[in-house]
Amino acid sequence: MGGREATMVLLDENGIRCDGRKVDEPRRIMIRAGGLKNADGSAYIEFGDNKILVGVFGPRDVHPKHMSDTDTGILRVRYHMEPFSVGERKNPAPSRREIEISKVIKEALEPAVMLEKFPRTAVDVFIEVLQADGGTRCAALTAASVALADAGIPMRDMVAAIAAGKVADTVILDVNNEEDQAGQADMPIGYMPSLEKVTLMQLDGVLTPEEYKKCVEVGIEGCKLVYDLQKKALNDKYFGNGDN
Amino acid sequence: MGSHSVVDQLKKNQILELLEQGKRVDGRGLDEARDVSIEINAIPKANGSARVRLGDTEVVCGVKIQPDRPFPDMGDKGIFICTAELLPLSHPTVETGPPGPDVIELARVVDRGIRESHMVDLSQLVIEQDKSVVGVFADNVVVDYDGNLFDACSYAATGALLSSQTPKWNMVDDVPTLVEGEESPIPITTIPVSVTMGKIGNHIIVDPNGDEWGCMDARITITTDSDGNICALQKGGYDGFTLEEIVKCGETSVKVGSQIREKLKAVQSGGQ
Repeated sequence: MGGREATMVLLDENGIRCDGRKVDEPRRIMIRAGGLKNADGSAYIEFGDNKILVGVFGPRDVHPKHMSDTDTGILRVRYHMEPFSVGERKNPAPSRREIEISKVIKEALEPAVMLEKFPRTAVDVFIEVLQADGGTRCAALTAASVALADAGIPMRDMVAAIAAGKVADTVILDVNNEEDQAGQADMPIGYMPSLEKVTLMQLDGVLTPEEYKKCVEVGIEGCKLVYDLQKKALNDKYFGNGDN
Repeated sequence: MGSHSVVDQLKKNQILELLEQGKRVDGRGLDEARDVSIEINAIPKANGSARVRLGDTEVVCGVKIQPDRPFPDMGDKGIFICTAELLPLSHPTVETGPPGPDVIELARVVDRGIRESHMVDLSQLVIEQDKSVVGVFADNVVVDYDGNLFDACSYAATGALLSSQTPKWNMVDDVPTLVEGEESPIPITTIPVSVTMGKIGNHIIVDPNGDEWGCMDARITITTDSDGNICALQKGGYDGFTLEEIVKCGETSVKVGSQIREKLKAVQSGGQ
């Protein structure tokens, strides 16, 4: 994809990937609902080596005022990576990539949030990537959904997200950093399992029409796995033993 | 951009009513793109250029080719960068100043479609490995707005690249030096074509015009290559797509893309 040569074996003869996973196996995923004191809702996710914190504020007054909408509430999303989150220090100012990802995540969450119930207000979602290792937008979207639910904001569904992709001519689930750099295709997917709608989807890399269909299907199945973990995180906080 | 232009509720109702009958405001079929006209070498000072009209949307793309330092981990590859900008004369709501998220997304999606198709063979654009490579810069400017800038910019950039002639440089005393009179077409491996589809209610339409763009619920841009493979995709807007819709959009992008690719091929073979 990135045009770099594959120096490592991405998929061995036994169908095992570079980090020991099977083709349809996601990385270890841990989601925690809540955790931040001042935010109205929050969540923390570890998705493989990704570590991401999300805080939600609102519905609250809109500043600047001209952004407010008399018909509906608005959703604002900032996706931001810490300078220490990647190999070489990242400039802390928002890059074009971060601005695009913020927009894509916002549009992925909008169908899920009942903003029309809160005209003239804003819901702010702040995503901070503490450590990045491939697939941050999916992990961030997953955590943001949990944080919105934790904030008690009425939702039609939660958005669960994971990437499908292609390495060594094989369709795989949950593309890690090495596979993203040296693999053939990366397709992040965000999906609302109860409403059966894809709300985030991107692709870079070449796929035949058959592989394209397979990727979407594999991605959607992966989202359903993530969805269960999102529900578990909320269940643990609100119906667990109270250790949160 | 379109998402900010105010289409009054009446217009949206009319668009939806027509779609219920399988019709569109401008009389097109649901999977019919507007007429594309591609004029190449409109800017002779550029190494390649194209002026594209997609309906009333108009984009000018110029390609500039010059020696550059390679990216640190890509010493054996040339550089390709594609940008897009909305000029203030293109629409009353466009303001000067740094680009907003819409324009940043536009530029990145257009760049990604061409980059991921591997249209330009960057391995052939090396002057001296790790020291000096050829940089190909395709800059799009939108001069008139009537929806679907993604495809208009993509066709303009692709047309401009197909018409581009690259000068030749040799390393002399560690400095890339122009070899006079040696120009050749840039190495092209495939012709990417992006096809953008809008979703209004439960209807999916190809190449939304400005009015349709202003009231659509979601969109999907899919780029295909000459082999009919899918090489880039971007979903946008505040609604979602079902699996069936996504698969259907993939098929539509291959079909509509192949029609538009014929026009781009004509540019390539008719290149002056």
